[in-house]
Amino acid sequence: MPDVQPPLLSVRDLRVEYATAEDPVVAVDGVGFSVGKGEFVGVVGESGCGKSTMLFAVAQLLSPPAAITGGSVEFHGRNLVTMTEKQLNVLRWRDFSVVMQSAMNALNPVASIATQFADAMAAHGAFTKAQIAERSVEVLRLVGIDPIHLKSYPHQLSGGMRQRAMIAMALLFTPDLVIMDEPTSALDVVAQRALMIQIRQLQARLGFAVVFVTHDMSLVSHFSDQLLVMYAGQVVESGPTRTVFDDPHHPYSRGLLDAFPSIRGPRVPLTGIPGSPPDLARPPAGCRFQPRCPVALPECGSTRPALYRVGPARSRCLLDAVQAEENSP
Amino acid sequence: MSALLTTAPAVAPPSPRRRGGGVLRAVLRNRKALVGLILFLIFMVLAAVPRLFTSVTEPNKLAYPPALPPSGEHLLGTTALGQDIWAQLVYGTRQSLVIALVAGFFATVLSVLVGVSAAYLGGLADEVLSMITNIFLIIPTFPLIIILATYAGKGTLSVLLIVLVVTGWSYGANQLRAQALSLRNRDFLESARVRGERSSYIILAEMLPTMTSLIVANFLGAALYSVLTAAGLQFLGLGDPNSISWGTMLYWSQNQQALQSGMPLWSIAPGLCVALLGISFALLNYAFDEIGNPALRPVRRRRARRATAAA
Amino acid sequence: MTELLRTRGLSRHFKVGGTFSGKRLHAVDDVDLTIDAREIVALVGESGSGKSTIARLLARVYKPTTGEIIYQGRSLETLRHRKDLLAYRGDVPMVFQDPFSSLNPAYRVKHGILRGLILHRPDLDAAGRQAEAVRVVEAVGLHPAQEILERYPYQLSGGQRQRIGFAQALAYRPKLIIADEPVSMLDVSIRIGLLNVMAALREQEGVSILYITHDIASARYLSDRIAVMYGGHIVETGPTEAVLGDPKHPYTRLLLSAVPDPRAPLDQEAIVDRGDPPRVVDPGPGCRFRGRCPLAIERCGIETPAPRELAPAHAAACDVAE
Repeated sequence: MPDVQPPLLSVRDLRVEYATAEDPVVAVDGVGFSVGKGEFVGVVGESGCGKSTMLFAVAQLLSPPAAITGGSVEFHGRNLVTMTEKQLNVLRWRDFSVVMQSAMNALNPVASIATQFADAMAAHGAFTKAQIAERSVEVLRLVGIDPIHLKSYPHQLSGGMRQRAMIAMALLFTPDLVIMDEPTSALDVVAQRALMIQIRQLQARLGFAVVFVTHDMSLVSHFSDQLLVMYAGQVVESGPTRTVFDDPHHPYSRGLLDAFPSIRGPRVPLTGIPGSPPDLARPPAGCRFQPRCPVALPECGSTRPALYRVGPARSRCLLDAVQAEENSP
Repeated sequence: MSALLTTAPAVAPPSPRRRGGGVLRAVLRNRKALVGLILFLIFMVLAAVPRLFTSVTEPNKLAYPPALPPSGEHLLGTTALGQDIWAQLVYGTRQSLVIALVAGFFATVLSVLVGVSAAYLGGLADEVLSMITNIFLIIPTFPLIIILATYAGKGTLSVLLIVLVVTGWSYGANQLRAQALSLRNRDFLESARVRGERSSYIILAEMLPTMTSLIVANFLGAALYSVLTAAGLQFLGLGDPNSISWGTMLYWSQNQQALQSGMPLWSIAPGLCVALLGISFALLNYAFDEIGNPALRPVRRRRARRATAAA
Repeated sequence: MTELLRTRGLSRHFKVGGTFSGKRLHAVDDVDLTIDAREIVALVGESGSGKSTIARLLARVYKPTTGEIIYQGRSLETLRHRKDLLAYRGDVPMVFQDPFSSLNPAYRVKHGILRGLILHRPDLDAAGRQAEAVRVVEAVGLHPAQEILERYPYQLSGGQRQRIGFAQALAYRPKLIIADEPVSMLDVSIRIGLLNVMAALREQEGVSILYITHDIASARYLSDRIAVMYGGHIVETGPTEAVLGDPKHPYTRLLLSAVPDPRAPLDQEAIVDRGDPPRVVDPGPGCRFRGRCPLAIERCGIETPAPRELAPAHAAACDVAE
């Protein structure tokens, strides 16, 4: 939960554009949030909402035709967006690291785990072979993998083990922040749960913060402290996780929560959210959710809502502007 | 539980990218394609209406004084035997184009049939077809044409075409088989199988239409191969020495030692034309690759402005 | 309830490890599954459990290694002529998982539907086929049907393409639709719409559906009966509410405990699991779950448990459960 210290990561008004043959497409439009020390922030949204682009932007991993065109990403008080590659390389992996979506894509299939750990370490500092070996064993033990697997190749490990190996690699330098892009989507339900519990345990032990991007809202419901819901390149709702789940304000969050059939409790017919997200090359004039919104007001088609404070949460909906005072992120 | 049929609201289609017109526009926008297309059209025109470009009607007739340098009357001079080089060049275009297009076409047809069927049918059929492909791949061209030419009496155009097709189809077959293999497990093909369609229908009507850009690329490659190989074979004298073609010009010019005797254009001109026709096919080939596979397009490094100041 | 399709001892093994290896992967082993008319049965399991193989066995993409499939009282082995097989395919079509590759991108969307009608509804002429195409596209909730039929797949969203997949199947006037993870690749907010389409198809068209999925929550939402698969075996079957309310097999219990439910508080005493995958290459006798099972006894490693009926119409393949 947020404390008095300045936040570890502070993203303000982040804007990412993709250059195209015609006008540039704004994939991330004015996203802002803060991450405190040791906090777990979940970012949820469906395909095309910009969550992965936003994550890559925060990690300074965007390449042409995408680029950050506005806003700032302050890590330990310093703006990453204006740093040079050299300055970023000093921070990369030591202060913040990234876990990718598919371990099979991110891990080198022709190198053993030990080699890949050694490469990662050598890229960010000068270490002896003994130091590398010792640290590799240590991080594997942290994630519950028998160090005998250092000699294994990625295809010899199960899906769950590969993901945990990715997390181990991200923890080589005990960074303050680990950014994760849907690390569980290739796993089955049982393995997913085990991985989430493990991440939380590691957090408690090592004290790092996590920004976790996923399309599966229910997955983060029990694990994140703070939740951001993204739609069409914007944050439409944010706040403490339980608040967002128990009392969602934005019609999209509500629709999304209602689209999960329940295992327990009564069987009720659900409706989901008909339609599709807007084409970001031609975003709607007013609220981006308005074409699909069941409770839209007439002015929603022409007025762009800001993020309005509603109790401990914030919602980008004109219906909440009525009750709350406007608050720029 | 009552049924709730949520109607999906009609989604307006994105700005229409029409198929047929789209290809032409894509070709015109791509620089390589444009150059290749222009070159090719130039040769087509030369082949179609040679009379527009030269007053000579029988290029092989020994009608002029030999070894003349280039002049207004003979744009490229005359050969050691007294023929107008420019006229030979212009009329020779026809045969080269015919070879390229006809041999290229039939070689492609064979490549497609064998390669795609092997990939789709799999198992024993695949093994057999692949073995046949590999056998043909290693048959050497030159000994084959010598043998066939001996049997046919001389290296006529038909013999040349047959040899080019027989030696040229196998490379493309391997390529197409590889690409068809990657497509084989696409759901829409399995959907057609489950629907009850016959294998022949699936290969011809479901697979091939999704491979058109690959097939066109293969055709261009086969045409390129044919042009270059035909020129080479004719240069070696394995073609018909009385025919009118660039390769034959190369044969005679080498035979008469044109380069040493002060008639360099007699060798250079046909060689250059062979190269240019080959380049046009190669350029069109690159362009089709890029059009068909957007991942190959040159990344336009138009950087969106990077923000400088912090908020 | 009239029985529509039944499998008896259905097994499918694949050769693995090179041309001369004797190893066999037991993708599906000894499966007895029943589907009645107008019934929605969910087949639930993780990836590698064999559920997709069962789909392909029922759709006659693969032939069984052993066992048989009995459709409307006749074993599928008796279908020799192409005509008989075609009739079966018209009765039991399949809908695929991936909306981005299930439609041929070179043709308009109507192509698949019309081809299906040509093959399976020879009674219709061209005008009749067009009318039927419009009817089935409307039946899956897409409007305006005429215009949608003329579009190319890239002009439709993922959810719309999946609906077209169902329309294609519906055009045959099928008795049973095999839906292989039809919503797994769709966004969450779109899934419900498609699940509702499937429920409507059962109500209005009278088709049965075999709904194959790894998502128990959606299986509960849609199905009347549920079958749980693990390592190529069916470990539990029964009415959906009964199986989910009172799971008998330890794997079903593990699965249910791992499903995240945002509305429920975190189950702190959730079953801890080592998560080793089951052995399916030359597995030998014995329960395939025994390596992870908290209730395993010695017998579990010696004899493969047969399904036992532990409650009305509710069976579990476990020698310890009760």
